[in-house]
Amino acid sequence: MSSESVIREPLITGGKTVHDVTEDISRRVEEKPTKLWMLAMTISLGLLAVGAYTVFLLLWEGIGMWGLNKTVGWAWDITNFVWWVGIGHAGTLISAILLLFRQRWRMSINRAAEAMTIFAVICALQFPILHTGRPWLAIYWMFPLPNTFGSLWVNFNSPLLWDVFAISTYFLVSLIFWYIGLIPDFATIRDRAKNKISKSIYGALSFGWDGAAKTWSRYETVALVLAGLATPLVLSVHTIVSMDFATSVIPGWHTTIFPPYFVAGAIFSGFAMVLTLMIVTRKVYKLEDYITIQHLEMMNIVIIITGSIVGVAYLTELFIAWYSGVEAEQYAFLNRATGPYWWAYAAMMTCNVVSPQLFWFKKIRTNIAATFVLSIVVNIGMWFERFVIIVTSLHRDFLPSSWAMFYPTFVDVGVYVFTFGLFFTCFFLFAKFFPVINMAEVKSIIKTTGEKAK
Amino acid sequence: MSNTKFILGVYEDEDILLSAITNIRTAGVKIHEVYSPFPVHGIDDVLGYKRSKLSIVAFLFGVLGTSLALTMQIGMMGVDWPMIIGGKDFIPYPSFVPVIFELTVLLAAYGMCFTFFIVSDLKPWAKPRIFDLRITDDKHVMAIDLDQNKIDVAKIDQILKDNGASEVNKKTFDEA
Repeated sequence: MSSESVIREPLITGGKTVHDVTEDISRRVEEKPTKLWMLAMTISLGLLAVGAYTVFLLLWEGIGMWGLNKTVGWAWDITNFVWWVGIGHAGTLISAILLLFRQRWRMSINRAAEAMTIFAVICALQFPILHTGRPWLAIYWMFPLPNTFGSLWVNFNSPLLWDVFAISTYFLVSLIFWYIGLIPDFATIRDRAKNKISKSIYGALSFGWDGAAKTWSRYETVALVLAGLATPLVLSVHTIVSMDFATSVIPGWHTTIFPPYFVAGAIFSGFAMVLTLMIVTRKVYKLEDYITIQHLEMMNIVIIITGSIVGVAYLTELFIAWYSGVEAEQYAFLNRATGPYWWAYAAMMTCNVVSPQLFWFKKIRTNIAATFVLSIVVNIGMWFERFVIIVTSLHRDFLPSSWAMFYPTFVDVGVYVFTFGLFFTCFFLFAKFFPVINMAEVKSIIKTTGEKAK
Repeated sequence: MSNTKFILGVYEDEDILLSAITNIRTAGVKIHEVYSPFPVHGIDDVLGYKRSKLSIVAFLFGVLGTSLALTMQIGMMGVDWPMIIGGKDFIPYPSFVPVIFELTVLLAAYGMCFTFFIVSDLKPWAKPRIFDLRITDDKHVMAIDLDQNKIDVAKIDQILKDNGASEVNKKTFDEA
């Protein structure tokens, strides 16, 4: 008697062979830019240009161009910063943590997710750099460089300084992790290149990769160790970002729950952004056989889990504020929910706590249109979460005589638009000139999880 | 100038390749290297490669990062210019933890990756020997260096074919 185990759904559909993988992915790099790509690129360069004008105004006139006042000294800048850093969490989570857990579904999405991570972190970095007002001097304020100011060093007690180290390390490690994964795929494109220019460009990018077994063996060790290093790193970054708030004494910020709650929120918003981008990419590049409904469903499951953690954190915060008996803390939360910014709080609760719960229905989490809409809703919600935490905790401070409201100016909006332009310009360049799916990794699972694997 | 001559066995399937490697090595043929489009599970064992020591390199660079971070922070805050900040110690160890962690990870990652680039001779200006353009597409190529083997060429050909090679080619590299 023989029994057959249940076969898992294939991760790569359409009966692809190893050669098909090369064809399907490399073709996108080799073909001439399509009209659609040109249009998308024009729009993002337009956003970048409009935004760059407001960045210029900000640097020329000073930070007063933002809508900040003496009560709300931090608003859209830090909101956008935390939002982008949060989005930047999915890529390395997918490639590092899912590698350690041997989740093979990561292989079709890790390349684009890591690219998104890197671009999101670049966007995030714009805000602290611009907020210094004089970025050309900021290098002394941010990094411990030898100087002639009496050798005045940075303050290692400050969470803002920890943030500088955390974000730059995260950026650099994600970058090299991404690049090492790209090397074999650049070699594929080099070996297919028809003209001299692309042969030499991809030749240089591929670092002379020849596919030797010895190099592959080292490559796998490097990938595994990098994953091991990047896993605590991912968790540390948003932990440290949350300490920017949690180590202060402001009611509404001074909360020990912040680190895990920020990390969950970051993964939540990061996966939402990956979904938004991947749904469009798979449609435009016809990658339905590589990024299947199963992949989208897996990501949606991560969204339910992290979204629920975020929901529990919101409720815990409310409960602890009441249970602590600290009046200032109680007022901060009462003001958040029912004060002048109640609409932002309501938007946050609806988008982040209620909407992801829809993914409990299999019909919804396997529906592409619904996933696309919800992924955008989640990112709107996560933007409001940061806005609520930051502005509502500040605008009614310790002295009622200094209570104020925050109104963004066009420069606030413009700098945010600038980062969108930057993000999409980078992403479209990536999608055109880099292989959007890790070919080498996908090839390695064709035999075991392709449709012909049975 | 010397010529290096290789016999190349082209394989389509990684499982056939793995058993071929074992059989060919038992037959006494020395394999120069096997080139694949993707990492083949278990190939290091059949080729007799030892586990890479790069993880140890990462650990050592990590230790370097930890000590650098500690030295830097103690030196700046405690020795060079001590300042009272919020009534804390001049050398507040708990505050040093985040930077120590980040620099440990940074140095471990970059130290290991650059060591990997150096030992594997990966660099933008490298001129690799390309045995077959299809290696980065879908073919596994086993390269056998004729100078290292005393066995007759025709016999190696036969061994490769008997062990499932779909093609057997020859390639010569002119090297200065």
